[in-house]
Amino acid sequence: MPMMATLLVAGAIALLVDNFVHGPAYFTDIAFIGLTNGALYALVALGYTLVYGILELINFAHGDVFMLGGLFSATAVVSWFGLGAHNSTGSLIVAIFVSLLFAMVACGLINAAIERVAYRPLRSAPRLAPLITAIGMSFILQNVAIAWKGPGYTAVPFVLPSSQVFSTHGITYTWEKLIVLIVTVPVLLALVYLVQKTRQGKAMRATAQDRDAAAMMGIDVNRTISFTFLIAGALAGAGGLVYALYYRQIHYDTGFRLGLIAFTAAVFGGIGNLPGAVLGALAIGFIQAFNEGLPLHMPGSDWTESIVFSILILILVFRPEGLLGERTPEGG
Amino acid sequence: MRRRLAARVSSAWWTALGVAGLDRQRWQGFSPLLRRSVKAVLWVVIGLLLIKFFGVWNNTAFALAAVVLLLVVPPYQRVVIRGFRVGKWIIPAAVLAIAVAYPYYNGSMPQLPIFTTFPMMSTMVGMGVFTMMALGLNFVVGYAGLLDLGYVAFYAMGSYAAGWFASSQFSAQNLRLGAIGVTPGLTGFHFSIWLVLIMAGVATAVIGVLIGLPTLRLRGDYLAIVTLGFGEIMPQIATNGDNLFGTGFNLTNGTGGISPIDPPGFGNWIGHHLHLPANYLTLGTNADRAFYWTVLALVLLTIFCSARLRESRLGRAWIAIREDETAAAAMGIPLMRTKTWAYATGAFFGGVAGAYYASYIGAAFPDSFNFNISVIILVMVILGGMGNIWGVIFGACFIEYLNLEGLPNVGSWLNGHFGPGGSDIQIWHKVLDVPLYEYGIFGVILVVVMLVRPEGLIPSQRRAAEFHEGVHDEPLYDVTA
Repeated sequence: MPMMATLLVAGAIALLVDNFVHGPAYFTDIAFIGLTNGALYALVALGYTLVYGILELINFAHGDVFMLGGLFSATAVVSWFGLGAHNSTGSLIVAIFVSLLFAMVACGLINAAIERVAYRPLRSAPRLAPLITAIGMSFILQNVAIAWKGPGYTAVPFVLPSSQVFSTHGITYTWEKLIVLIVTVPVLLALVYLVQKTRQGKAMRATAQDRDAAAMMGIDVNRTISFTFLIAGALAGAGGLVYALYYRQIHYDTGFRLGLIAFTAAVFGGIGNLPGAVLGALAIGFIQAFNEGLPLHMPGSDWTESIVFSILILILVFRPEGLLGERTPEGG
Repeated sequence: MRRRLAARVSSAWWTALGVAGLDRQRWQGFSPLLRRSVKAVLWVVIGLLLIKFFGVWNNTAFALAAVVLLLVVPPYQRVVIRGFRVGKWIIPAAVLAIAVAYPYYNGSMPQLPIFTTFPMMSTMVGMGVFTMMALGLNFVVGYAGLLDLGYVAFYAMGSYAAGWFASSQFSAQNLRLGAIGVTPGLTGFHFSIWLVLIMAGVATAVIGVLIGLPTLRLRGDYLAIVTLGFGEIMPQIATNGDNLFGTGFNLTNGTGGISPIDPPGFGNWIGHHLHLPANYLTLGTNADRAFYWTVLALVLLTIFCSARLRESRLGRAWIAIREDETAAAAMGIPLMRTKTWAYATGAFFGGVAGAYYASYIGAAFPDSFNFNISVIILVMVILGGMGNIWGVIFGACFIEYLNLEGLPNVGSWLNGHFGPGGSDIQIWHKVLDVPLYEYGIFGVILVVVMLVRPEGLIPSQRRAAEFHEGVHDEPLYDVTA
């Protein structure tokens, strides 16, 4: 198996080098798109990994919470602040900041409510029971979105400036991509601080390691789990805002599709492992961008989902602990 | 919380009856026959009143009530003739007779409240096909306890197998194999549809084994996600398969799908001698009847296999694995082989059902194989009762009826009865369109069933005990492979 993996990776690198030589500037542009996608996936993937780390539950509804976050932000940006194509920088910053806070709080509360209603009563049930309710919740949220916005796409106007940050040697980097990073990176850093340095973060890590022992040490396990769902939902909300503003259209199905990709990213990096989720998300972001954008020998966007799912299957089958995860007796 | 609510309702009920002099002890002191009769009469009267006041009355409702009472009340189980316990066959035989005769009395049924009409013949065919698929998924989810979220892959595989071997898709080839009842002179592969059903089943079972071999070692929730991945990859291959890997080879005809696919038939010779239809489509408006009876036969076959396999050595091994993998392995059950058999069996019936449905619709479109279908089939199994054949059949018929016909009916009933001033109900300034929220309704069913009655409406007793008392649910890895 390592032999085959090495061959696969070597083949992929050869493809990339060929494309790079073919057009270095274009290649770099595509890589920037990959970085932007990856940052967005990271926000969603972290939600999967946080919840899995603490409950060993694949929160199927997480992608749909993300989608609702996108709809919240789209509504806030358009209806509350009336943003359009031409805004002053000040109003843009205020609007984005307020919408971000709103989407994060709303999605956090929704996610925590889902945990309370659909997962907590099943904590001692067979493992597949909460997974099935998670699928049910995912469908319910999608239909809430349909009832609210209709089954079509919700369009968001051009809000982010698409002017160039820099342009050298044919490589251009635009503000909208940079703004995605400006929103994403502080949120990720705040999460790292929260989990590593605060008392609540310590409680989360303890609960993830051993729920019973954590309870014996005086940690309120139910509160900690609710808090984890709150944080995961807030990350999804932030992701929703970034998605709505950057891709400018959102749809009740968006969360399901992107959620699966983000889940793959979380598994790729090693589920339950926070840096792993970010790494996996960046990797998936690059893979997607290269597959869809590069000119030579690429299957193209028709096959993106197949490629992502093939990666997921291969990782789960051959290295279930992911890139950064530790090998546990259970294999992941 | 769920227990408390249910207990409160039930205690309030008994208090009310206690006032009338019928307390719980006294009720339970009655003979089972009496208790069953009282319950059945109560429900039938409620049903008749509902039809009377909210549906469209028709005297057939009395016949309906009589049939229900006749089926439920008498203690058929005890009937023994010359030492043979024929009793347990009476109800299934009666239900089968009712199902076989359905096309003849379908038109004269009363209209129900809320659901309005009894299912049309075309809906009945769909219900039969999905019953087969739900029973197939029941092998995997109900018997072996493995969650499969990509069952639609097997359905797609079966449909495309029918598309390849019973249509003009590969028009460069020209091969006919027992293609009785198919118009002569068509190019492409035209195998007899009966042969294609078997081929589709076997091919799908092989796919099931190929998917299963590497993945069945995984823990339950990982397995669910991997199957979901396969369920997403298959339709993508179908969508993009008109120019596979840039070679120009047209495998699936892309988004256009494969159409037309040959209908079933028995050919002119059998048609002439046995009066079976040479080709179902020549029956015109009665074609749906032929399709319905055929699918009924296929469902019977599936039920037979389900029932026999459950009691077999293999079926008992599945249940043992579901309940405790470690103990099952310690008892010498080969985990991988047993699970793979569950997968292959489930896939086989999914493939046959998919091929038959493709032959009924006359086409295979990639759009019809998305994740939602996998979830619908899962809802059928879970609502009815995982592991219980009758429960799964009930769940499949009910959900597929809702899917094809029931929800639009429910919507128009709701809008007609509760719409303000004769107009439609508005939610968020949009007209209430019930079928639009189909999957939301299925989502609610999934959540509510798992929270309130995880063993389903008609549970298998064994499965119910697992949900309520808990099982040793830790998977085992080191012994596998």
